[in-house]
Amino acid sequence: MATEIKFEQVNYWYQAGTPFAVQALKNIDLHITPGSFTAVVGQTGSGKSTMIQHLNALLKPSSGTVTIGDQVITNETNNKHLKPLRKKVGMVFQFPENQLFEETVLKDIAFGPQNFGVSEADATALAKRMAAEVGLDESLLSRSPFDLSGGQMRRVAIAGVLALEPEVLVLDEPTAGLDPRGRLEIMQLVTQLRDEQGLTIVLITHQMDDVANYADHVLVMGHGELIKQGSPREIFSDPKWLEAHQLGLPSATKFAYELQQAGFRFDTMPLTVDELADELAPQLQKGANSHE
Amino acid sequence: MNKVMFGRFIPGHSWVHRMDPRAKLVLSFLYIAVVFFANDFWTYLIMTVLLLASVAASAIPLKVYIRGLLPLFWLMIFTVLIQVFFGAGGHVYWQWGWLVVSQNGLNSAGLILMRFVLIILVSTILTFTTEPLEIADGIESLLSPLRKVHFPVATLALMLSLALRFVPTLMDEAEKIMNAQRSRGVDFGEGGLRQRIKTIVPILIPLFVNAFNRAIEISTAMEARGYQDGENRTKYRLLKWHGVDTVSLVIYVISLGAVFALRYFS
Ligand SMILES: Nc1ncnc2c1ncn2[C@@H]1O[C@H](COP(=O)(O)OP(=O)(O)O)[C@@H](O)[C@H]1O
Ligand SMILES: [Mg+2]
Repeated sequence: MATEIKFEQVNYWYQAGTPFAVQALKNIDLHITPGSFTAVVGQTGSGKSTMIQHLNALLKPSSGTVTIGDQVITNETNNKHLKPLRKKVGMVFQFPENQLFEETVLKDIAFGPQNFGVSEADATALAKRMAAEVGLDESLLSRSPFDLSGGQMRRVAIAGVLALEPEVLVLDEPTAGLDPRGRLEIMQLVTQLRDEQGLTIVLITHQMDDVANYADHVLVMGHGELIKQGSPREIFSDPKWLEAHQLGLPSATKFAYELQQAGFRFDTMPLTVDELADELAPQLQKGANSHE
Repeated sequence: MNKVMFGRFIPGHSWVHRMDPRAKLVLSFLYIAVVFFANDFWTYLIMTVLLLASVAASAIPLKVYIRGLLPLFWLMIFTVLIQVFFGAGGHVYWQWGWLVVSQNGLNSAGLILMRFVLIILVSTILTFTTEPLEIADGIESLLSPLRKVHFPVATLALMLSLALRFVPTLMDEAEKIMNAQRSRGVDFGEGGLRQRIKTIVPILIPLFVNAFNRAIEISTAMEARGYQDGENRTKYRLLKWHGVDTVSLVIYVISLGAVFALRYFS
């Protein structure tokens, strides 16, 4: 049941064999364990989007193998056998609101399941459940998706993918272009899906705070290569390396490094605001006491 | 969609790349017009040699051009078959009911195929070596005499360059939308005709909605910067006629003139 994903020596060329050929992935080896929350970070153009399109076989490796559950995908794999994967691995693209097309919100959410043979009645029931899950008001369900706000359209699109009832949910910068509140709500939804329904999450993001707060494994991409992987704590323990690769620190960690320059001491660098508060409180207490 | 080479620009500094877009447009049109006058071995030989020389002068490998022809493969097969079966007359090689393969049919099929390939290749030389915006500038400049009769040349050129500019953007967008719908379980290119038409709707609607939104944004952005239609504006890129253009023109006129001479005076 649990879907494990493995990349072995995966290379990918766009437009292979033309003068425009670009190698977007170079010798990628990676492993995504069931139930994990994996964050993928890296500069624009580093190959993140290309990598995740291998997770449901929208792209097939030019060489190497991708294993998704019990299915092995190579360059020679026949496209006919890929459809079950699309249900197992749900894919929320960047700006997913661009995929909406139905007359009503409800019909759009129910579109996916029907492509996998779910009856219209069952798909509609599923769509209602998913709309509630992503926090869409019932009154919106009969409206045209094109009349909604950007944030609402994005929820409709995410609900449309959740309606496939995937085991793995892949999201490509799902909070890009949203206001802070919209961002927080989407991230809360994603963690809730992982914690309550046991979905495996793969998230592309530029928000290091999100990485620190939610992820348990981080993949760092650079120029098509997987240049580093590990827990958020491991990744954020080397600010110089991160800066050299034009990646930031979580704001709490950044603040802690600045405090360190000013004489504070941290045994382990805090990644989140809560951790920072836990580390700071005793030191501030001591400082306050010593002034008495 | 990544595999479509037809209509794409390949940067370079070859003889053909350096030519004035107006020269390339005029020569391509001349060539296409003269293709229809070629009718025997020698005239086709001249046309083919001229084309291959132009391909060589573009410094883009022939195999890239051939790949550009592949998407049109079925269209070519179809036209050829129509010609083979419906061009009656001459010696009959094979017959089955009303399907007849005759000498005339084969001849005209060969001719059509040859013309087809030559015309596609010569247009491909133009698009491979000329940026879309240069083509638009060239067309505008060639049409500029029509200003005298109050033809809106500048407006037409603007429409053309905007359209050309957004072809690749729309193609990228179509690909993204297709991937998103594939992820929701749509099988493109499968099932019967009805099924296939049904799969077009989830691509076309988002594509149109995005294209309209983008058009509105662009017009707002242009108006915000004071753009006015139909003004006499100057150009950032000026078109200049060089020696390469004159030399190419002379070569083309001589070769194409030879085709005429062979057809009408031999
Ligand atoms: N459809 C495509 N055709 C050609 N090249 C592409 C295409 N998509 C992406 N690329 C190239 O592949 C590289 C990786 O892109 P991408 O995976 O989108 O990176 P990221 O998501 O990290 O920004 C980039 O150099 C990009 O220009
Ligand atoms: Mg990307």
